[in-house]
Amino acid sequence: MGMPLQQKVGALRVRLRLRLKRQRLLWRSFRSRHRLCVATDRTAQIGRDDILAFACVRNEVVRLPWFLAHHRALGVQHFLIVDNDSDDGTRDYLAAQPDCSVWRTEASYKASRFGIDWVTWLLMHYGHGHWCLTLDADEAFIYPEHDTRPLRALTDWLEAQNRPAFGALMLDMYPRGPLDAQTYAPGDDPFAILRWFDADNYTVLMKPLLRCLWVQGGARARVFFADEPRRAPTLNKIPLVRWNRRYAYVNSTHSLMPRELNQMHDANGQPLAAGALLHSKFLHTIIDKSREEKARREHFGEPAAFDAYYDGLISNPDLWHEGAREYAGWRQLVALGLMPAIDWG
Amino acid sequence: MTVGFVMMCHTALDRAAQVARFWAVGGAPVVIHVDWRVDALAYTKFERSLGDLANVSFSRRFKCEWGTWSLVAAAQAGAEQMLARHPEVGHVFLASGSCLPLRPVQDLAAYLAARPNTDFIESVTTADVGWTVGGLDEERFTLHFPFSWKRRRRLFDRYVEFQRRFKIRRKIPAGLVPHMGSQWWCLSRRTLASILQDPERKTHDDYFAKVWIPDESYFQTLTRLYSTNVESRSLTLSKFDYQGKPHLFYDDHLQLLRRSNCFVARKIWPRADRLYANFLAQRTPVGATAEPDPVKIDRLFSKAVERRTTGRPGLYMQSRFPHRDRENGKTSAPYSVFQGFTDLFENFDGWLAKYAGARVHGHLFAPERAEFAGNETHFAGCLTDSAHLRDYNPQAFLTSLIWNSRGERQCFQFSPRDNQACNWFLATDPNAQISVISGAWAVPLFHASDSFAVTRREAARLQKIELDQIDILRSMYVKARVRIWTMADFIENPMELLQTIIDEISPRSTRRLTEVPRLVDLTGFGQFLQNLKNQGMQPRLMGDFPVDDGPQSAIARHSRPYIVR
Repeated sequence: MGMPLQQKVGALRVRLRLRLKRQRLLWRSFRSRHRLCVATDRTAQIGRDDILAFACVRNEVVRLPWFLAHHRALGVQHFLIVDNDSDDGTRDYLAAQPDCSVWRTEASYKASRFGIDWVTWLLMHYGHGHWCLTLDADEAFIYPEHDTRPLRALTDWLEAQNRPAFGALMLDMYPRGPLDAQTYAPGDDPFAILRWFDADNYTVLMKPLLRCLWVQGGARARVFFADEPRRAPTLNKIPLVRWNRRYAYVNSTHSLMPRELNQMHDANGQPLAAGALLHSKFLHTIIDKSREEKARREHFGEPAAFDAYYDGLISNPDLWHEGAREYAGWRQLVALGLMPAIDWG
Repeated sequence: MTVGFVMMCHTALDRAAQVARFWAVGGAPVVIHVDWRVDALAYTKFERSLGDLANVSFSRRFKCEWGTWSLVAAAQAGAEQMLARHPEVGHVFLASGSCLPLRPVQDLAAYLAARPNTDFIESVTTADVGWTVGGLDEERFTLHFPFSWKRRRRLFDRYVEFQRRFKIRRKIPAGLVPHMGSQWWCLSRRTLASILQDPERKTHDDYFAKVWIPDESYFQTLTRLYSTNVESRSLTLSKFDYQGKPHLFYDDHLQLLRRSNCFVARKIWPRADRLYANFLAQRTPVGATAEPDPVKIDRLFSKAVERRTTGRPGLYMQSRFPHRDRENGKTSAPYSVFQGFTDLFENFDGWLAKYAGARVHGHLFAPERAEFAGNETHFAGCLTDSAHLRDYNPQAFLTSLIWNSRGERQCFQFSPRDNQACNWFLATDPNAQISVISGAWAVPLFHASDSFAVTRREAARLQKIELDQIDILRSMYVKARVRIWTMADFIENPMELLQTIIDEISPRSTRRLTEVPRLVDLTGFGQFLQNLKNQGMQPRLMGDFPVDDGPQSAIARHSRPYIVR
């Protein structure tokens, strides 16, 4: 109201710019549907209120059994998965699941903004009006009381609070000892091996344009990006959203447009409810995978900048650290301040 | 004599039907009010699902909106129908569709039969309620509220403001003393009939129809006119969060609810299958003697509310990233910063650790690495000594360090040679205790054997940095406990000054200092400062150090550790 005209015009320009960007992203996603082929379509089973999960995977047959079981147990009712050219039986495994629909594509992962274009198209088409959980196969979503209260309780609560989105901090979990010392078998709990995490070496910056935060730190920043912390991976995500076909993920699931959805924090110092994503990246499979990724050059940003990172992983390091914490459930994360308690109303 | 239930329903009708059936089968008549906005199909289905029960009936439907008279009107209609159709009912219990009975009907009936004239209704005068959210308590009864709070919030607020300014007030009808309380009550037939058949009822209704949130005050006020025995508490267990919204109960509350011995709880999450299955199963009565005991639940929920409203000072995370200066605590605990002490005293760290009983770090912000206590390469929370990681976000490094070591006082050394990015943060943090011996940075230069041109340049650089920092520490925005001495002043009487600092760190310790750390050799320091001056630099921060050796001998005397007897 009291804003000078110049400022008003500036604000309007920013909003228009963001709107254009969002529309461009949605258009890309819409176009990318041509790259997807239906492999298994069970979407007719989706009920009006079902909670859906979306993922883009590549050679994840080892992780998928536990991944699906964990999120099914939380209350995900249907999985919509893009298979990016797997050759390890991922597609057949998914096709055999009663609650999965699968699309396959051989197109470039990088050219589709690391799968986000494909997933956004599925979200647009199937997710509208549903609570949607967008994940990678190496992420396990948790929230306070997730062991006793189903995801539906969380989404009902979010609706009662008028909150359309729910954030989560990604926690890099790692084993003690060299990464390949313990072999993970499909179906096992990956966090029986990856029992450790960094409790607090996280940095938070604000990105004013998208009004989102930028959290970095954890084991990867500590070990692989100590000389270039700015390049360390972003750890804040917004995996759970009551989707609207006008929404678009900007950068992986780190930020959303319209930018109001990124408001994961309270400016008055009040903790807003959030969850966590336990990251099972550092299973023994990481070493071969890093070799492949390094050759594939489909990573974020400039691939060459990540050569050192992949070399670091290929060398089978020990990420464990004397200050590491052993994971003991969501209560511990609340006590450590990594996840605020939910004031269930 | 039995108890009758008036149920107010608008969602989760299948659950409401289960509960109504439980009560009806247990021998308690039920009158159900269904919100007028529930669509015809759902209503018919609901009605039909209870069609086999003779003692369940449906009352006239009102369009209910939160905070308005419609809720009272619906309750009145239900209660009238209950009294008219069921003469065997001694008490009427007002419940909602999201209530869940925790004990068998017989228990409640027996409990009430033993107290035939008691009215269970929370009823508190406006002066004594502590729970109204939004600040309207007494004014609920004295202002006009023609606009919907849900749909016309701005108009609502402005009209309240307008009435306040022009002192527009309604008259409260003679004889009424406004009381408020939980809208879930259980009244005796006598009291309820008196309220509903009062010759003044029209006056009362007309007045309360324009009171704000009358369902929390209509029966609560009128009960006081007729009841001979008001028990001011609700038999319905319900909890509210800090915004005044009711808490939900979930499956994992099963044991807690069971042990509470309460008769009815709300609100229940409609999908809490285990709760419904357990409490609606046929159970043997606990006996009318068992009193409701919600203390445990009260404690659990008030803890949650407290956590929600106080937050966690000094914690920075994705979900809690306060704007600058609105942090409600920049750091999570007090800590101490020492500047110049290690330059002036030998083994100051070790001495401080001994007397302050704290974790004493070296220069955490040193250019090469973070010098953690004990020369470690890492610290709690997986902080590492990497200068790159630290300098990427020095403030996050500091707040993490303090947060990670909750329960143990942290001290660290600081110097103009270190990263200065946190200066404003430190100065404006009430948890910081900052002690500065200005100019002490010159001592290492004095001892180094660099060429004088290099020394002079470095001295000028460090002096500029320290002057800037001291400007900050002397600004009007400082919240930290700051002490600044010149080097010359400090070595005059180090014992007393150190005692002050230590006392502030551990106020309960009555231990007196018995030794001060050993002062480094300062012979010739005055001449060194004079040399800087001769080279055109003006050392401004050290205080007076005469060139002749007179005061030097005085310093030399102090340099021996001395014992206080």
